[in-house]
Amino acid sequence: MSIFDTFLNWKVFVQTLPLLLSGLTTTLTLGVTAIILGFVGGLALALVRLYASPPFRQLSIAYIDVFRSIPILVLLVVIYYALPFVGLRLSPFGAAASALSLVSAAYSAEIFRAGIEAVPKGQFEAAYALGLSPWRLMGDVVLPQALKIVIPPITSNSINVMKDTALASVVAMPDLLKQATQAQALAANPTPLISAAFIYILILLPLVRLVGVFEKRLAGRGR
Amino acid sequence: MTQPIIQMKGVVKSFGCFQALHGVDLSVTEGEIVVIIGPSGSGKSTLIRCINQLEEHNGGDIVVDGIAVGKGRRRAAQAEVGMVFQSFNLFPHMTVLRNVALGPVRVRNLSWAEAETRAKRLLARVGLEDHIAKYPGQLSGGQQQRVGIARALAMEPKVLLFDEPTSALDPEMVGEVLDVMQQLAKTGVTMVVVTHEMGFARKVADRVVFMDGGRIVEEGRPDEIFNAPRDPRLRSFLQAVLSH
Ligand SMILES: Nc1ncnc2c1ncn2[C@@H]1O[C@H](COP(=O)(O)OP(=O)(O)OP(=O)(O)O)[C@@H](O)[C@H]1O
Ligand SMILES: [Mg+2]
Repeated sequence: MSIFDTFLNWKVFVQTLPLLLSGLTTTLTLGVTAIILGFVGGLALALVRLYASPPFRQLSIAYIDVFRSIPILVLLVVIYYALPFVGLRLSPFGAAASALSLVSAAYSAEIFRAGIEAVPKGQFEAAYALGLSPWRLMGDVVLPQALKIVIPPITSNSINVMKDTALASVVAMPDLLKQATQAQALAANPTPLISAAFIYILILLPLVRLVGVFEKRLAGRGR
Repeated sequence: MTQPIIQMKGVVKSFGCFQALHGVDLSVTEGEIVVIIGPSGSGKSTLIRCINQLEEHNGGDIVVDGIAVGKGRRRAAQAEVGMVFQSFNLFPHMTVLRNVALGPVRVRNLSWAEAETRAKRLLARVGLEDHIAKYPGQLSGGQQQRVGIARALAMEPKVLLFDEPTSALDPEMVGEVLDVMQQLAKTGVTMVVVTHEMGFARKVADRVVFMDGGRIVEEGRPDEIFNAPRDPRLRSFLQAVLSH
């Protein structure tokens, strides 16, 4: 048997492609959900960490540190297999989306904090001197500048979230990887796995390139 | 009788264990132009930043337009007091027009249309009517500082504070900013100006305040301060700054 028959078998590829594409849809839905929730949660955590009163600030710091230390796979298994014992039973999608969002929020929070802290002090002072409320100061002056600064690291984090969606296959989530292994078993041929690998690369490589472009552009402007 | 618009009594400010202001008394009446001079580190910036509470004072009283400012009363002072910064601090992600219109919309509840009309009028007054659609990064330092002045004026503040408004400018741009400030002084706006431009102090100030070591050491009319300085520290300061 040639290497083409084994790893790049056209017939197997065509046969299993629908399965892979349904997995891809699941993967993208999961990834985008976790990215959005992680973004919103991370921003909220960063604001609490920077500006809330001390007890809330401590809580936010504790959250960020804990969820950056726990391996996502462990968190996922805990959520899916342990929480039912206290009556909280989540679907595979719910469990995977929760685990990914909880962790992504912790990483995003640190990115947002760095972005907000990189906005010059004079911007805050000018906003205060105009009499802007703290919310206006954030919304009109600080966040627009901070968001620009965090575009590259937030994109990097989103790539990581997308990659980590593959972990969801351990809770029987029919994502791209799960469908690929299933297809491999059915076809008794590893071509679906190779195809899945290419699909991951096809989707994430442009994002990886984009981070490079963003970073170069930011550096070029010298700010 | 003219009411004092700013009244500071025994104002103390410490940064950690370092005391930057040692009980400063200063009152400024409506329409008055007060210029604060003094060596580097004497507390000039700290003093005016206490007026709009960019620094919270640790002791003494500050009353601005009849309102005691301090803990929890930060914004009360800030909307009534405008500030022009040494490093401009314009908002880089907004056009010049929006920089000037933002405060009136967000704090004075004007509509964007009303605020932009006001902003255009003020930008014309500082000679920038042709630059309203640009971003701050596309302007020279002198132009940026004139936007900074228009931005502060747009709030129609009772008092305008200037912290070394020309110190970050190339020499050829200092004049255009000082001209705008001088024009402004004639309109009856109350101004407190920290500057090293002694020519401006002499020409425009109603009163010159000399600070040293966190205290007001001497104050008086410009001719008194410049022609007949009494305190030896003021004399040596003037000698140093006027000798070059
Ligand atoms: N945030 C701060 N933390 C610690 N010390 C400070 C802070 N701000 C000012 N100081 C100190 O307080 C003193 C007065 O500073 P201030 O900036 O008011 O001086 P200044 O008269 O404006 O000087 P300059 O002409 O250099 O601007 C200085 O010794 C300075 O080092
Ligand atoms: Mg200063």
